[in-house]
Amino acid sequence: MTQPAIAAERLVKVYQGRPAVDGISFTLPADSLTGLLGGNGAGKTTTIAMIMGLLAPTSGAVRVLGADMQRERFSALKHMNFVSPYIDLPMRLTVRQNLMVFGRLYCVDDLADRIGVLVREFDIHDLLDRPTGRLSSGQKTRVSLAKALINQPKVLLLDEPTASLDPDIADWVRARLERYRSESGATILLASHNMNEVERLCERVIIMKKGQIEDDGTPARLLQRYGRLTLEQVFLDVARGNSGIREPVL
Amino acid sequence: MLPAAIRAYVNPFFDRETAMRDSMQTALSDFTDSLRRIAAMVGRYSYVMRGSWPRLAELVYWPAVNMLMWGFVQTYIGQKAGYFAQAGGTFIGAMLLWDILFRGQLGFSISFLEETWSRNLANLLISPLRPVELAIAMMIMSLIRLAIGIVPVSIVANVFFGFNVYGMGIALAAFFMNLILTGWAVGILVSGAILRNGLGAESLAWTVMTLFMPLACVFYPVAVLPSWLQTAAWMLPPTYVFEGMRALLIDHQFRADLMIEAFALNLVLFIAGAKGFAKLMDAARRNGTLLQTGE
Repeated sequence: MTQPAIAAERLVKVYQGRPAVDGISFTLPADSLTGLLGGNGAGKTTTIAMIMGLLAPTSGAVRVLGADMQRERFSALKHMNFVSPYIDLPMRLTVRQNLMVFGRLYCVDDLADRIGVLVREFDIHDLLDRPTGRLSSGQKTRVSLAKALINQPKVLLLDEPTASLDPDIADWVRARLERYRSESGATILLASHNMNEVERLCERVIIMKKGQIEDDGTPARLLQRYGRLTLEQVFLDVARGNSGIREPVL
Repeated sequence: MLPAAIRAYVNPFFDRETAMRDSMQTALSDFTDSLRRIAAMVGRYSYVMRGSWPRLAELVYWPAVNMLMWGFVQTYIGQKAGYFAQAGGTFIGAMLLWDILFRGQLGFSISFLEETWSRNLANLLISPLRPVELAIAMMIMSLIRLAIGIVPVSIVANVFFGFNVYGMGIALAAFFMNLILTGWAVGILVSGAILRNGLGAESLAWTVMTLFMPLACVFYPVAVLPSWLQTAAWMLPPTYVFEGMRALLIDHQFRADLMIEAFALNLVLFIAGAKGFAKLMDAARRNGTLLQTGE
């Protein structure tokens, strides 16, 4: 059997006696794009932070590309990357300098060529010599994505990558993510509040609520199971506790 | 083709040799990657420094102001008091050495603060950059910042007050090494505190070293302190350096014994700093503060 790209086993995170993540287990195969859905405080960001090794689980374990993220995370980190609107690139550095720094941190060979590819892919040629802190939200997102793909990660984690973007740029970002996944065979885990985004991009959706996995399946299967037309309706059912499930969850 | 019996005898040696060569190549590749990551971080801090002339000017400004002030104090007292006239340059020397200690720590801590100010720490912590590589990069930056700040000021001290700090020779190297080690050890600990507590702990970076100032006896001998405080003073490595400096400038004697004791204390302090950082990092990883390093 092929090793999963990400395997979470009975993952628990407790803050001050309250479980933020409460015993979740899942595996994500290589070459897959999975959405992580849930309301505020459902445990999505906590889960992603534990997958990246930024947060120690209270119990349970996460393995990424076979590496235990508590004990041997450095062997996995060179093959991973992350995008979130809640962390920034150094603002005083120009876009070119940031890409150079992160390319060297990931020990990217032929860095100038790789940056050239990303510059074309994300259309950031005109931004290269501008300080990153002076870019608009949309420009910053493009640069953050370029940084996230600089090491051609096998595992890419995205925490609300299109938050605060206008629909046009958000759509453009989704198209780039789809293309990267299809070209690289990477495993992508996408945490989002945007149901259209998840419906469009993801072949599998994990819905979290109060730190637990409430449901898990393909978008089509979830729509069928809840008897709804959109994932947004499914999400609202789950969030409000109106399960509305028309068939038993397997 | 070798006969089977000979092959069976010889192959394990070749296998072992191949395995050893492979592991050496892996180790070499890991080492090269490590150097690349350190260079990347030094490059990152250099970009910030080069891109901001006020930051560059600040590196020279305070050491220059301090040096001028203490230089004139030294000149004044030297004219009035025979002892100080003999002890030429103790104030200027103390000020320069104090700046090595203070700015060594500050140079280290500011690199770390750059990451928290720019909300970039999580990007680094999810990269293959190891904490020890980050620490080495910050040490290199601390040396670069010190060189930018102290070298011009030491030249001014020579031109204005006739005090040649480089005239201390090998003693200066011993003083420098001990002071910078203390600065780095404290800097590592402060970085851990910022990691654990966010920017709420930023003020530590600017103030923690001033706690050393009265006890390290920068401008006066340890004998001035009450005896119970002298015990505490001798627990700090910089005390040995400043006593050693006075022995050199007043008695013209290099006290190697003081430097060895300071080095031993520094080793303890450095190990304690590194262990403290690791514990604070673990605590931050448990408490979830690595994603929120703001205020």
